[in-house]
Amino acid sequence: MMRAMPVELTREDRATIDGSNGEGAALAMRIVVGLANAVGAARLLDIESAHVDGCLYHGAAGLDFVRRLVDGKARVKVPTTLNVSSLDLLHPEIVRLDASQAEAARAQMDAYVELGCKPTWTCAPYQLEERPRSGAHVAWAESNAVVFANSVLGARTDRYGDFIDICAAVVGRAPAAGLHLRENRRARIVVRLHDIPDRLLLEPAGTAALGHVVGVAAGAAVPAIVGLPLEVSEDPLKALGAAAASSGAVGLFHAVGVTPEAPTLEAALASRAPEREVDVTIEDLRAARDELGPARDDGLAAVSVGTPHASPDELARLSRLIDRHGRPRVPFYVNTGRDVLAGAAEAAQALADGGVTIVTDTCTYVTPIMRGASGPVMTDSAKWAWYAPANLDVDVVFGSLEECVRSAVAGRVVRDPELWG
Amino acid sequence: MTGRALVPGIAEGEVLALTEPLSFWGGLDPATGAIVDPRHPQGGHVVTGRVLVMPSGRGSSSSSTVLAEAIRLGTSPAAIVLREPDGILALGSIVARELYALEMPVVVWTGPTPEGRVRVEADAGSVSIGSA
Repeated sequence: MMRAMPVELTREDRATIDGSNGEGAALAMRIVVGLANAVGAARLLDIESAHVDGCLYHGAAGLDFVRRLVDGKARVKVPTTLNVSSLDLLHPEIVRLDASQAEAARAQMDAYVELGCKPTWTCAPYQLEERPRSGAHVAWAESNAVVFANSVLGARTDRYGDFIDICAAVVGRAPAAGLHLRENRRARIVVRLHDIPDRLLLEPAGTAALGHVVGVAAGAAVPAIVGLPLEVSEDPLKALGAAAASSGAVGLFHAVGVTPEAPTLEAALASRAPEREVDVTIEDLRAARDELGPARDDGLAAVSVGTPHASPDELARLSRLIDRHGRPRVPFYVNTGRDVLAGAAEAAQALADGGVTIVTDTCTYVTPIMRGASGPVMTDSAKWAWYAPANLDVDVVFGSLEECVRSAVAGRVVRDPELWG
Repeated sequence: MTGRALVPGIAEGEVLALTEPLSFWGGLDPATGAIVDPRHPQGGHVVTGRVLVMPSGRGSSSSSTVLAEAIRLGTSPAAIVLREPDGILALGSIVARELYALEMPVVVWTGPTPEGRVRVEADAGSVSIGSA
């Protein structure tokens, strides 16, 4: 098991490495092959589409890399969407990056578009019109997009990251490894939900808390969750996956009776015995909520929701909640994709009128946007709660979307004890 | 076999053993090499020049870029020793070698946890980790 054979390449793969499709494609193929050897893949497989996370500016290495591809005349071979960047091109005034950083970030974005990627700038590509079909091999990066593609859409992608995503897109090939392979997609652990009210399991903050628990329990293993309401929609599943991919390395979960590869628990387990069973109660979800961001008595500095990017339903729900509870007294941000926003003009106008700042193309925890007094920031996103303390040096309060709105209106944390039991 | 090279190379340094996986993105500051995830048990430690032993990778797929950037800036570990393969970290190292000709081996090691100052030698055929 430890000694891996070098990956077997086709004649065409070899020709690409030898430069027959240009220097950029040769570099991309060397990296795909380097990863294939690192993960012990026997061969490469064709992919149908890609989602690229490398367009967020983290420093010179990312820009140097994409420029090397552009200089080598590389072009994407399959339809390729782009993840969030460091800038909001629709609302440029809200991002406070210094000029040199903003220039480098823009250069990186432009370079990816030059390679033929679509300027979608969203971490929720599964909310775009074209989605991978069930069973399709794709190369998706961004941990929440990976887990959604695998779990909810039934597409097949490994947990790709920066560099390999664009390399796979350029050569149209990916290592036949990890979650591309059927044997690695069966559940290894079973997570059983006990006596948790459906209302909490249909609420994205509730499934985010669950995802946090699942990620800690599963690590990188594939979990099968038993007990989610069958009518659970994509938004709570999105929140679950994003949380589990932050607290753990989950790239695929099965929700029994809900997700495409888990019509039954037996199917999810491929008729094998699980390695472990984990019981989850409402106490565990409350503990996860408080670990993600405990309530505090002092005033709230700001609220940020929409991580991963808000869906059309989430924008409409936020707009209804603002309408019901009133105008926020603290800065309130919602992150969403430009394509979702374009299709939700009515909600967008209502949100802007209601004092909510709409952020597109980027996210409030990856670039300096947020303003507000000192004090904690409230969110309904486990992913935001997980990464913001280190990225932004802020304290976080975690709660549901309605708790976020009510708290923003009150200027202090308001809890809904009925929701959390 | 107790080891396999994910990314070959030779390196030497003091072992820094992490008791939990670390997401480099959001968890490591490439400017300083410090672990900045406040929840991480080894938060505040500096990985620069160390042989970083960790159970596995974790979390965000942006960790590849953070590692490549740390290698470029000279703040990265000397080598990374994992218990199970992690493509995200391997890629950061593969790309840094392509772009900057800088080597930082990444290996999977199932032998005893190394301690003290060690030398990591990893090529396509074998991995050795021994006292330096």
